Amino acid sequence: MEPLIEVHDLHFQYDDGTVALDGVHFRLFPGETVAVFGANGSGKTTFVLHLNGLLAGDGDIRVCGMVLERKNLARVRQKVGLVFQDSDNQLFMPTVIEDVAFGPLNLGVDRNEAYARATAALEQVGMEPASHKAPYHLSAGEKKRVAIAGILVMRPEILVLDEPTTSLDPPGQIALLDLLERLPQAKILVTHDVQSARILANRAVFFEKGRIAGEGSVEELIARFSWDRARNRQATHI
Amino acid sequence: MIHRRDARAKTIAVLVFLIALATARRNFLAVGLWYFAILVAVTIAARLPILAALARVAVVVLPFTLVFAAISLAAGEPLAAITLVGKSYLSALAVLVLLSTTPLPELLHGLEHLGVPRYLLMVVQFLYRYLFVISGEAQHMRAAARAKSGSLKRVFFDRSKFGAAAGAMGVLFARSYAHAEGIHQAMLARGFQDRFRTLSRHAFRGGDAAFLMTAVLLLAGARVAIEAWI
Amino acid sequence: MHIPDGFLATPVWAALDVAAAPAVGYLARRAQRGLEPAKVPLLGVMGAFVFAAQMINFPVGLGTSGHLVGAALLAYTLGPAAAGVVLTAILTVQALVFQDGGVLALGANVINMAIAGMLAGYLPFHLWGTGRWRRPAIFFGGFLSVLASATLALGELLLSGVVMPAAVLGVSFGLFAVSAALEGAITLAILQALASINPDFIRKPQLNRGRALAWVGLAAILLVVVGVAVASTHPDGIWKLAGETGIALHAKALLAAPLADYQLGLLQSVWLRKAGAGLAGLALIYGACMVGGRLLARPRGT
Repeated sequence: MEPLIEVHDLHFQYDDGTVALDGVHFRLFPGETVAVFGANGSGKTTFVLHLNGLLAGDGDIRVCGMVLERKNLARVRQKVGLVFQDSDNQLFMPTVIEDVAFGPLNLGVDRNEAYARATAALEQVGMEPASHKAPYHLSAGEKKRVAIAGILVMRPEILVLDEPTTSLDPPGQIALLDLLERLPQAKILVTHDVQSARILANRAVFFEKGRIAGEGSVEELIARFSWDRARNRQATHI
Repeated sequence: MIHRRDARAKTIAVLVFLIALATARRNFLAVGLWYFAILVAVTIAARLPILAALARVAVVVLPFTLVFAAISLAAGEPLAAITLVGKSYLSALAVLVLLSTTPLPELLHGLEHLGVPRYLLMVVQFLYRYLFVISGEAQHMRAAARAKSGSLKRVFFDRSKFGAAAGAMGVLFARSYAHAEGIHQAMLARGFQDRFRTLSRHAFRGGDAAFLMTAVLLLAGARVAIEAWI
Repeated sequence: MHIPDGFLATPVWAALDVAAAPAVGYLARRAQRGLEPAKVPLLGVMGAFVFAAQMINFPVGLGTSGHLVGAALLAYTLGPAAAGVVLTAILTVQALVFQDGGVLALGANVINMAIAGMLAGYLPFHLWGTGRWRRPAIFFGGFLSVLASATLALGELLLSGVVMPAAVLGVSFGLFAVSAALEGAITLAILQALASINPDFIRKPQLNRGRALAWVGLAAILLVVVGVAVASTHPDGIWKLAGETGIALHAKALLAAPLADYQLGLLQSVWLRKAGAGLAGLALIYGACMVGGRLLARPRGT
């Protein structure tokens, strides 16, 4: 099976010299959901921003067989759908439907078709009734679903979600996990939420100081890096 | 019925109103009363809360206007005073009715069709979208500052409080900037390249033309009639 | 100071709308070329920032506090062209959504605050923004931006024949001077806070470009401000001028004249000449702003 994403020896340094990525190797295969763990500042978000070319570091990145470079950025960005942590930054148009239609319109789809596709995507996430509402009036969970619709409407092959369950209440989290489970795309899930990772992911990687320090099943990595607060507390009480 | 009219028709009608009102000189009382009646009728027809609308305009416009009106009165120019209050109040009320029957994004689309530069309108659109987000963050900072320092009032100039407020603004600025970068990334991630394409589809229908003609007749025609006959 | 509709005489607000439209169009085109559409979110968010910032109180003592107006701050962080666009957007939202400021008077308010006031605030920074006079320059910029826009507004009101006896004008001017000083202090304090967060937030003034023109611009603005201040001590003189040119709201004169005579008067060349002179003066100010804006908004070689 050909990997959907192949990252080879990725390095990235910020303008002020801080090394954010120090030689990352990564592959994503069709049908997989990979959880990405790591402390804040370990490079997780910096890493995913490279996958659709928002950041450009040194190293090889291939998406769906294409080498990631300037001239095929548009096609890569159609294939890799990135759902950001801050939904307010992602929903920047005045109404829900206009926001979801933003992607297709940029791809050159005509207005009527864009409107139809946006409506279909909103139906898929269960937010079609809110089509003409302003994003300001939605709850955190609703905004997240609209953001996902805005990505699904572009028909990506890979979904990258950066901390999707932060700021969601438990019912919101459950609804989101249900939705994600039903989506067929391969997924990368950057998350602190161990529970979500357990439910969704079949593999995990652990970032530490800009490199992947461990790979394996979700449970293996949680145990190895003591990443589950509840279990750790139990352990210390023994 | 009014809510569904094309934004351009409503905008032009309001502009006619504003210009006819601003240039009114003779028999201002009669013209003003007639225009007030029209606005009240439109407000009620659009099912807007009339008393709330009148009160809101009063709160915004009157503090500034009444000062000048009082000065005019004191200087022996009662008509000038009435004109100032009447014109500023009615103009603001008309704009309020327009915005209450037309969502701002639609109004902006209409303005674009009427020739206003798109760049400026897009900035207004984004400003409006993030106005409440940033204001919300500012309010959190105020609440936090209040919790930390007891009272925001001091008898004498307090340098540290002044500096603290400036520091809070610096943080708010940095946060706003970070929002802007995040929005930009989100735009790029969904294929944004050179310009904004919109979904807006506008059709100027027969109903809109009829509305516009009625408005022009009622406003301009009535004023000419009043000035000629009274 | 946001001028509502109904205060300005028709020739005044109409002339300023006519003057403002191409100026704003020019700024928008300049911003589109120099700043790209991708910067639209930044300008919008910064506009939202200024709105929100106006809610934060700066305690001044005696139970009072002031707040930021923001023209100078925007010019120092985004550059004058972008600042002009943001300020115009802010004024538009204030007029439409909050009915703060008139719609027909938008041209006047835009020229006063988004263009002239903003440029007046930017010029000291452009001239002295580096070196030992940096802090006074920033304070002076904030001060001048508020004073210039307030003065222009007062001038327009006077020209429109709004009743303002000398005492009222004196008090207004005093209040404006105090707000202006506050703006200077607040702008400086915020800029210092920004410098410690991220110095890149603040623009670096390009000293070599057009210093002479900047000096001329600054002199012109000071002349206008002082001129209006002096003229305001003799408001009767301005009233008389306004009355003679027929653009004042002199109810007495107008009620007496029958409609036909008034129309004839309008068409007489004397009126046209005098009104033309007034409009020419406004056009001069507008031209100065355009030149200043064109000069200072030149993109930086990247």
